[in-house]
Amino acid sequence: MDFDLSDEQRMLQQTVKQFLDNECPMAKLRQLFDDETGFDAVLWKGLAELGVTGIHLPAEYGGSELEILDLAVVAEVLGAHATPVPFLSHSLAGLAISLAGSPEQKKRWLPALASGEKIATIAFSEADDAWLPEQWKLAAGATLSGAKDRVEGAEQADLFVVGLAGGKLGVVERSAKGIEIQRLETADRTRRLGRVHFEGTPVELLAAGGTAAAQRVCDVGLVLIAADAFGGADKLVATSVAYAKNREQFGVIIGSFQALKHQLAEMAIEIEPTRALYWYAAHAQDHPPENVPAEASRIASIAKSHLCERYSQVARDATEVHGGIGFTWEGDTQIWFKRAMFDRVMLGTPRLHKNRAAALSSW
Amino acid sequence: MDLSYGKEFEAFRGEVKAFLKQSWPPSGDAAKGSKEEQLRRFRELAISKGYLARSIPKQYGGSEQAPDPLKGQVIQEEFNAAGAPMEPRGIGMMMLVPTLLERGEDWQKEKFVRATLMGEIAWCQGYSEPGSGSDLASLKTRGELVGDEWVINGQKIWTSSAHEADFMFCLVRTEPNAKKHEGISYLLIDMKQKGIDVRPLREMTGGAMFNEVFFNDVRTPKNWIVGKRGEGWLVSRTTLKHERNSIGAAGQMTALLDALVATAKRRKLDGRPAIEDPEIRRRLIEVEGYIRAHQYSGFFQMTKDLKKESPGVLGLMNKINSTHIGHRIAKLAIEILGDDGIVAPGERNMMGSEMDSDSTWTNYYMAAVGIAIAGGTANVQRNVIAERGLGLPRDVAADRSK
Repeated sequence: MDFDLSDEQRMLQQTVKQFLDNECPMAKLRQLFDDETGFDAVLWKGLAELGVTGIHLPAEYGGSELEILDLAVVAEVLGAHATPVPFLSHSLAGLAISLAGSPEQKKRWLPALASGEKIATIAFSEADDAWLPEQWKLAAGATLSGAKDRVEGAEQADLFVVGLAGGKLGVVERSAKGIEIQRLETADRTRRLGRVHFEGTPVELLAAGGTAAAQRVCDVGLVLIAADAFGGADKLVATSVAYAKNREQFGVIIGSFQALKHQLAEMAIEIEPTRALYWYAAHAQDHPPENVPAEASRIASIAKSHLCERYSQVARDATEVHGGIGFTWEGDTQIWFKRAMFDRVMLGTPRLHKNRAAALSSW
Repeated sequence: MDLSYGKEFEAFRGEVKAFLKQSWPPSGDAAKGSKEEQLRRFRELAISKGYLARSIPKQYGGSEQAPDPLKGQVIQEEFNAAGAPMEPRGIGMMMLVPTLLERGEDWQKEKFVRATLMGEIAWCQGYSEPGSGSDLASLKTRGELVGDEWVINGQKIWTSSAHEADFMFCLVRTEPNAKKHEGISYLLIDMKQKGIDVRPLREMTGGAMFNEVFFNDVRTPKNWIVGKRGEGWLVSRTTLKHERNSIGAAGQMTALLDALVATAKRRKLDGRPAIEDPEIRRRLIEVEGYIRAHQYSGFFQMTKDLKKESPGVLGLMNKINSTHIGHRIAKLAIEILGDDGIVAPGERNMMGSEMDSDSTWTNYYMAAVGIAIAGGTANVQRNVIAERGLGLPRDVAADRSK
């Protein structure tokens, strides 16, 4: 038994962390947080040069051909740093093409996605909590007419992988006619969203993978969100503990008060065990256990709902621990508080995924 | 990352399975004699194979195997699956034997370890006192050396199984003038003697697992002390060099959850099986999320054990995590019972499908609260995590010098 990250995986995390410490320190993050578009092409390019944009893509198209677990451990680091890049949706769009694209389609699109030269995103949501393949209604044809909601990085994307009725996937290029992008004002300013309208827009179907491909893209998305949530929540526990060791009242550090010690201990108790939960959920994507039907999908939904609920709660607790400054725009906890709001909703709320996990149960 | 136990261990599993198939339940000659005799023979056989008493030297009746958490885990899984008995349960095997092996005199090991291991003698733990709970080192039960004997007076409380125990390992103040933590000795006491008065304490569940124990000029030989005079506090904190089992607890929780699912199928809410109620379904998944996180954290801790590395703060959280999960199961169970959440608690039975009766759930609804208190309250656990895990300042550190 070896249920731990490999040295290579730890090194990958360390490399990305170091890059972000240098290239996206707090001042830079704050600037992007308040920026109109929140996107920094130089930061994206830097991450792409580290290989972050193609970790899971096939080597023949320029990817590193590693596992979902490798992708997830990077998601954790990006979550801890609240990195303002559309990593989640770009990774999933690339995964969709690699799973369901024809050889010609892969050759056409994947190299530029693996290198980060082009940005891709997923357009799955149709509002009203409709995120999953069985919920998609947008009709698949030679062209699309309709809209997709809550699309991450919509304004930067060169390529949209669109979820279509019947659990199908299609690709629309930004340059295609009839596309209109509408900016959405959402809480998390590190991952901006848009609504994408199609009006007679040409679409190319990704026909190779069938509905299983769309399902897998969603499952991997759930795991990546869980990993992001762990990274953010773990960071909030650490910053809260650090604040409690620094801030003084009544002539002593506030971390000496038992009320606060117990609150911080409970935060750690809620979060610490979830690292292993997201690891396992990622591992199950790479190596689904044969004797447990639907385990990979089911544990993805459980991990997503569990991590996002824990992250949301720990974000509230961390804000409280920080007192007045925690409630200000100037304070930093709000950034992760809002990332927790994003993670909670993206690809389906905890409620939706608890229902899904229950439906996939053997009971 | 590799979650399998690997070829070597699967081969070992096959070995254990084959042994159990042949040996449990006992048949032929092995099935002769009383239940106790059969049990003893089985344990001796399992020890001779190296499956039980693995951390205990051969000279004291153990099988003296090299520490191997994975083998330990495989053995536990297979013995549980076969319903076969392992070492006797109870505080003797858990606390006294490892302490003796680490700190005891040879004759003490000789006299007590084998007998405890074979289930011939049972122990109770004399730690808590009415005025000394979380602040255990303030204990007042006193021991005076009179000739060749310690004479002990005072009172212990919350003493589980004292009414069934043959002996007690006990913390006693023998050096009244020393500092708080340095005046305590670790004594072994024969429970079957005049001067010991064991009175049952009835629990809120109606059961009576634990007791008050009064000492009135109770006597124990001078050399029934483990460690030196005044070292009792340290002896009681002897690091347990066990094959730590970081997976077992989550397995029990999973069995409880399975029982709860069975109950949810059997019970009705609003005229339909409770398992069809969307709220109940979501709460079952929530509980499963906590259990799975605990379970995989166990895998991680076992991996760290195998590599002889520290699992970090996670290693301090196992008790409180189990406690929290127990509470969540208990609260969901009482919800599923609906109106029958009012019935009186029945026999304590916390394992597997036998759990599936209403009165065992109302019992568990209460018993789960007990888990938050026994062996160090949840609030003490929070202190430990905050101080040793998160590096926050100690509470009430001042009194260590008193």
